This record gives sequence, structure tokens and C-alpha cells, in this order.
Amino acid sequence: MLEGAVGAAVLALTALGLSLVFGVMRVVNVAHGEFFMLGAVIAWFVATSIGGHPAVGFVAALALAPVIAGLVAVLVDRLILKPVKYDPEATIVGTIGVLYILQQTALMTYGPEARPVEPPFSHRIALPWFEWGENGLAMFYPWGLSTNSYKLFVIGAAIAILLAFWLIMTRSKAGLIMRATQLDRETALAFGIPVSRVYSIVFGLGAGLAALAAVLIVPIQQAHYLMGHDPLLLSFIVVIIGGLGSVRGTVVAAVLIGMSDGIISVFLSPTLAKIIATLLVALVLVFRPQGLFGKKPA
Amino acid sequence: MSIGTRSTLLHLGLIALLFVLAFVLPSYHQGNLARIMVLATYAIGYNVLFGYTGLLSLGHAMFFGAGMYGLGLAMQYGGLGVIPAFVVALICAAVLSAVVAMLALRTIGVAFMIVTLMFAQAGYLTVLYFGAWTRGDEGFVIAQSARQIAGLDLTQPTTRYLAALVLFSAALLITARMMQVSFGSVLIGVRENEERTRMLGYDVFRHKLAAVIISGTISGAAGAGYAVLFGYVGATFTSVQYSIFPLLWVLLGGAGTTIGPLVGTLFMFYLIDYSSGLTNAYMLIAGVVLVLLTLFARLGLVGEIRKRWVAWLP
Repeated sequence: MLEGAVGAAVLALTALGLSLVFGVMRVVNVAHGEFFMLGAVIAWFVATSIGGHPAVGFVAALALAPVIAGLVAVLVDRLILKPVKYDPEATIVGTIGVLYILQQTALMTYGPEARPVEPPFSHRIALPWFEWGENGLAMFYPWGLSTNSYKLFVIGAAIAILLAFWLIMTRSKAGLIMRATQLDRETALAFGIPVSRVYSIVFGLGAGLAALAAVLIVPIQQAHYLMGHDPLLLSFIVVIIGGLGSVRGTVVAAVLIGMSDGIISVFLSPTLAKIIATLLVALVLVFRPQGLFGKKPA
Repeated sequence: MSIGTRSTLLHLGLIALLFVLAFVLPSYHQGNLARIMVLATYAIGYNVLFGYTGLLSLGHAMFFGAGMYGLGLAMQYGGLGVIPAFVVALICAAVLSAVVAMLALRTIGVAFMIVTLMFAQAGYLTVLYFGAWTRGDEGFVIAQSARQIAGLDLTQPTTRYLAALVLFSAALLITARMMQVSFGSVLIGVRENEERTRMLGYDVFRHKLAAVIISGTISGAAGAGYAVLFGYVGATFTSVQYSIFPLLWVLLGGAGTTIGPLVGTLFMFYLIDYSSGLTNAYMLIAGVVLVLLTLFARLGLVGEIRKRWVAWLP
């Protein structure tokens, strides 16, 4: 259950980045998973180059990785997406290219090994279990039902980031500008919103969210140059189920899928579960293109 | 000379050139070119849908895989000969593409790309799931003794090259002919302006459906050809990477041109061949080429030549 929650939390952040980019820019970023990978790999580089307590390296990674990934994304936007005028097909082909460039660059510099990053703190926390025993309600700590403090931290951090993001989108001027651009690009431009700058920032922000999610997960999973594949596919699934471009739907779908992923795998073999999941998603896209939570386009 | 005659001459000339090369090339390049022709057949199949009909699929590996596994499994477990197994492969690919088309064609644009990607992913996972028969990522080898047609040994390099040439020529001539008759013009009409084509009274959905089936079946034929000529069937060929490759080849060679797929495959194959000698991160080259093409040469090599110098190129 808790494993599922950790997965869901990280997935929600990653998918939110993809959803944001698609919502505002109408761009399907196929390289999104690679920004996730980039976050994890940078986290490893930062954590190993800064000595001392693992927490110091982790905090540095948490600060640096999203910024670096975001800057790379801004560069991609400026050099590739903007010149092709955000044409849907060209951007997909272009981001596929970016996918391979980032992935293979990681392979050349970071190498093919999977490497762990030490968590900043990790305490075993036993969870209590209540049961009716001989003398009424008894509380005991069974084996197996335990977690560590870092996993709880990941969930907490993800919720905090999601809330902050939601506040920014709904309450701040930056959010207003992004939503305006999303609704109507032309009108936004007419009102003096620097649309092309907004696009760059949004693309960077999306990549930054993916990198942030990766830094959070990297002490649990290891950093590897091919690790972007699964998050990309899952984020696609989440964004499609949640409705392309709908932020609330994205979060709900991420929780749903992240949690159910673990539960389904208990009953079916993981491969079969994945087959069914991908087919279902394809069918959702065919028969309910607005997503399960999205509104029908007018 | 009319445009039709010119393009027929071009295609026949190309086939004749490839035929002569069979006896001239050193064995290493002869082997490469045989592989390139099979992969170019795959690219030709992809081009029918992407180049002519304007539908960008990210899932063609499932059709390639359907042909490959259709033939491979029929030979391995069904004990069929090459020709009947090839027919099985074509049927597999045609049926799969018809089913996928019925569903995926309900969507357009970005959704179509993602739906095809998802279906292909499901196909890849299916191959892994039935690992007991398909041997998953490891794949299986088709016995050398089985790879024969009427006494012709397809493992012998020159025979293999000529078999690849037959496959490639068939695909090339079929698509070239297809684009000369009205069916092809309707496909281009769908690409250029779907609404207008519908207004003119053409059944757009049926033309798209036919395009997917033709495209999928040619891709399947290429997959089956690859399996029988090189004797190996593996899950890698159904992975996302093999859906991206034909897109890359067609874009590089020139989408919507008859000889573009071969040109693109040829260039990309040797580019990767040379660079894999330098680094193991050879897919980096693929990525860079994709980005450069998107930015500077949206028409591809043959497309740019047609635009600048030779307007009649088919």
C-alpha cells in the first residue's frame, strides 16, 4: 500500500509536468522521461561530488537537479520547438530526437551502471496493527508492516509540491498568465503576454517537475540511463486517463494508477498487468478522448 | 517522356543497379545491402501511411513483429516451409493492421500517435508474456536447414541478397503503381485536406483503412523477410525503437517519395554502422539526425532534391 503511495506521489509530479506542457503549449513532450532520468543522474553527480553527510548532498541535488533539467528544457524549447513553430508532428519527431540525445549522452558520461544515492535519513518505522485479542483491542507491531521515514517524507514532499503548484496556478499572476496562454494563445499575445517566454518557462517547469520527482525517488530506486522509459509511459497513461491538459484529473489518475499498479500485480503477472493497462489506455483514448475526468470539448 | 514513363524507368533502373551490385560488391557490403533492402521494404510500408496518407504512426513495430513472429512461429512450431509461413505472416500482419486501424482511426493527430504507440507497447509486452514460445528478448534462431525455397538456400549470401531484392522490388513497384492510379491520389488528398476530400465524395475512412492495411502488410512482409533471411526472431524488433526507425528512415530519405525510404535507410544504416565503431552510444546519432531533420530538412534528402532540381521525381 505504502509502496503504491510512494509510486503515486512521484508519478503525480512527473505526469503533472507532462500535463502542464501539453495543456499550455499543446506539445507532446516525448523526451519527458529523459528529463526524469536527467534529474536522477544529476542527483547522483551532485550527491557524490559533495562529501559529508548524505543529507547535504541530497538537499543540494534537490535544489540543483530541477534547475539544470529546467535549463536544458528551456534550451530545447529555444533551439528546437520554437523554430518549428510548435507544429505537433515536428515537435514529436524533434522530442524523440532529444530523447535519444539525452539518453545516449547519459550513457556516455554516466555509464551503463545503475547507481544508488544515499537517502538523507532513513529510519525504520514499525506500523501498529490493531486486532481483537483475548484482552480486548490490542496493538502490536507485526513484521513486514513497516516503512521507513524517507518514504513518508517523499509522500509528504510530493503533496506539498502539488499544493504549492495548485496555489501558483490558481492564485498568482504567473498562474493567471499560464492559464490565459492555455485558453487562447492569440488573445494572450494581444494582451501583451510574452507568449514565447511563457512557453519556454512552462517547458522548463515541466522538465523541472520531472527532475524533482526523480530526485525524490532516486534514494529508493537507483539512477540508470534507461530509467526514463517507464515514467514516460506511465505519465502518458496518467495524463490520458486524467484528460489531456486537466491538472486535477492528472493528480487523481496518478493516485489511482500508482496505487492500483501494486494491487493488480498481486493478482496478475506484472507483464500481463502492463498489457491490460496499455490496451485499456489506448481504448480510453479511442472512445473517450477527453479522458475519464476531462470535459467534452465544446 | 511522360512523368509516368520516367518514374517507371527510374524504378526499373534502380532495381537493375541493385541487381548488378549483387555481383560487384565485396561480401561485407553485400550483406549490409541485403539487410538495408529488407529494412527499406519496412520503410516503404511505413511511407504509405506516413508519407502519402499523412498519418504519423508510432507503432509500426507491431506490424513488423506480426510478420516476423507469424513466420517465425509458423516455421518453428508449425513446421511450415518458407512460402506457406510467409503467407501466414502476411495474414497475421493484415489482420492485426485491420483491427488496429478500426480502433486507431477513430482518433486523429496526436491521439493517433499515442494510440498506435500504446498498441505497439501492448504487442511488445505480449511477445514478452508468451516468453515460453517467443523466448522473449533473447529470441530464437530459425534453423539454417529450414531456410530454403525449392532447393534455393537462402542462407547463401548471393541468394539471400537476391531474395531481399525481390522483396524490395515488389514493395517498390506495388507502391509506385499505387500512387499512379486514382487510389493514390485520394490518399494524397486525405493528407493535404481531409475535409475537402470528403466533400468531393470520397469515403475518407475506407481509404485510410486501406492505407493502414497496405502499410501494415508491407511492414509485416519486411518483418517476415528479415526473419527468414537472417534467421533470427527477437522481441527487440517489436520495441518502440523499431517503430521510431522507419519514421527516421522515411524522414531522412523524404516522406512521400518512392525511393526516399531506400535512400534514408541506406544513409542511416551506414551512419550507425560507422559510428558504432567509435562509441556504443550510437543511438545518439539517430537523435541528432532526427533533430536536424526537424529543424532544417523537413522534406528529407529526396524531397529536397525534388523541390530544388528534379520536380518530376516520383
